[in-house]
Amino acid sequence: MDETHSALNIAVLVKHVPDAQFDRHLNGEHNTTDRSESILSELDEYALEAALQLVEALGGTDHKVTAVTMGPSQAVNAVKKALQIGAHEGVHLSDDALAGSDASGTSRALAAVVRHLGDVDLVVTGMASTDGETSLVPAQLAELLNLPQVTFASKLELQHDGGAWQLTAQRESDNVAETVESNLPAVVSVTDQINEPRYPNFKGIMAAKKKQITTLGLADVGLEASEVGFTGAWTRVNEAQQRPPRSQGVIITDEGDAGRRLVDFLAEQKLL
Amino acid sequence: MAKVLVYIDTPGKNLHKTDRELLTLAGSLGEPAAAVLGDLTDGVAAELGAYGAGTVYRPSSDGLGELLVAGKAAFLAAAAQESQADAVLLGNTFEAKEIAARTGIRLSSGVITDAVAVNEDFSATKSVFAGSYSVNCAVTTGRPIITVKANTIEVANPEGGSAPEIRTVDVAVPDAAARITGRTEKTASGRPSLDEARIVVAGGRGVDGNFGPVEDLADALGAAVGASRAATDAGWIDHSAQIGQTGKTVSPQLYISAGISGAIQQKAGMQTAKVIVAVNKDPDAPVFEIADFGVVGDLATVLPQATEEIKKRQS
Ligand SMILES: Cc1cc2nc3c(=O)[nH]c(=O)nc-3n(C[C@H](O)[C@H](O)[C@H](O)COP(=O)(O)OP(=O)(O)OC[C@H]3O[C@@H](n4cnc5c(N)ncnc54)[C@H](O)[C@@H]3O)c2cc1C
Ligand SMILES: Nc1ncnc2c1ncn2[C@@H]1O[C@H](COP(=O)(O)O)[C@@H](O)[C@H]1O
Repeated sequence: MDETHSALNIAVLVKHVPDAQFDRHLNGEHNTTDRSESILSELDEYALEAALQLVEALGGTDHKVTAVTMGPSQAVNAVKKALQIGAHEGVHLSDDALAGSDASGTSRALAAVVRHLGDVDLVVTGMASTDGETSLVPAQLAELLNLPQVTFASKLELQHDGGAWQLTAQRESDNVAETVESNLPAVVSVTDQINEPRYPNFKGIMAAKKKQITTLGLADVGLEASEVGFTGAWTRVNEAQQRPPRSQGVIITDEGDAGRRLVDFLAEQKLL
Repeated sequence: MAKVLVYIDTPGKNLHKTDRELLTLAGSLGEPAAAVLGDLTDGVAAELGAYGAGTVYRPSSDGLGELLVAGKAAFLAAAAQESQADAVLLGNTFEAKEIAARTGIRLSSGVITDAVAVNEDFSATKSVFAGSYSVNCAVTTGRPIITVKANTIEVANPEGGSAPEIRTVDVAVPDAAARITGRTEKTASGRPSLDEARIVVAGGRGVDGNFGPVEDLADALGAAVGASRAATDAGWIDHSAQIGQTGKTVSPQLYISAGISGAIQQKAGMQTAKVIVAVNKDPDAPVFEIADFGVVGDLATVLPQATEEIKKRQS
């Protein structure tokens, strides 16, 4: 490994989201997400794993992976989990005024945190949050920070030559696989194809207790309350309606003619 | 009348179905205009005119498409400003959402993704939490930017119309951008695409490496082929066939699920299908909870029998 490169500083954005294994709800006057049964967003585990693999591949001990979250007090649990998995430090932007932030407000807040952190080489995010699922935040961060975006990466490689980092990624859509190249700093989002996230082990859980979590308020990162939360949101949920769950239909056990009976059903439904 | 700008990435020889859906929607909401990034043939310009687009905006510089998203967003934002559009519509692919995201920041405008309907006041309907809620949301600041899911609008097929005026908008090429340095086209399967298909037949781990029975049934029905993540991860079929939270969301008339257990992440992509049929050998598979018709049985025998029967009835 090339020993002349500088230490790499990565911020991984992790969101605290309602556990999809349970029923999820919107409630209150503003139809906001009920966050009582929340966990670290599964898709952000891929982002953390990607960051850890990048620094592990470089070797050395001077690299740093910082887990960053924005959200109410419980959101710090997402950072704690990330520290158990292997992030080195944590940052939690927590302020009552953040409640009700939409994608643009979240992006402004997270962009302010990244600026506050200073010399970040890479911002790594998941491909979508598993609650909002808009995939807007990574692209908006890139626009706000005026950084290249390398998003929906299913493969990432980092090279260091001639004094600069160079990032190469693979990005796939329906009909084309693209190779993407970028300088650092950059905003990167990764898909669930990129790796197999590790679980926290006992050693990691113990080590996490000694890791530092910095709590920041809006003023610390230079934001006004009016730029975020309900007042700073550019979108609004007017109305939310719970869909009745699908009911179970007819279930048959194959007795040698189920294929034909399946076709009978399709014919009845006029689907042939 | 409201002016509604539709973003069209690369029209090809003819407009894609999703482009025509957006233009139809724009026409129902007001007066359409189009921002076209890629090559524009006279034929496509005429098609745009037929949909009522009076003006088509084109970027002043080529090569914006080689910059990942940043260049396209710079163009769309410039076109939205130039046209003074009251709303901007895009498709709902990952990239379209990203173009919308950055255009939103450039215009200080709210963005709504995954819309399945757009109302006259530009509020939009979408599903959240894997289809368990339907919400109506609105943009409160700026020009509404809305990404609309494919297959949610009945396409109009207008004829005639006059050729649109082509206007070039000045776009400053963003300096902070990643470059697309390689492209490999995937080979088309010849089957309908998942976004457009009326019927989807999907296979999971239960196909055990052999998609043959799933493909044969799909072909008999003129259907698209989908898959669970277990099947795409195993490499039995291309990743673009994946249905679910991190794959495609489909809402076909009929979804046939074979050898798929029905995990929440899989359901997220298919439970708004009109009719769901499931074939699984485990009577306790969660997919049966949402199936209109379920067969507890081996897909390796049930599917070929169904295919055979369909062919018999068709002939
Ligand atoms: C962050 C995240 C995102 C994810 N995104 C997605 C996604 O987008 N889409 C998705 O699908 N999954 C997704 N998953 C994975 C999901 O949780 C499940 O693991 C996956 O859907 C399981 O696929 P499967 O049903 O094919 O396999 P299994 O769960 O192994 O089920 C196989 C089924 O086949 C049945 N079977 C076996 N043999 C036969 C036979 N001969 N005939 C009939 N039935 C048979 C079995 O009874 C079983 O029910 C995601 C997971 C995570 C953590
Ligand atoms: N409140 C948040 N705190 C930290 N990261 C977030 C937050 N919201 C979104 N992100 C990041 O942005 C990604 C995309 O989220 P979204 O645009 O909401 O789908 C997530 O996978 C996270 O990495």
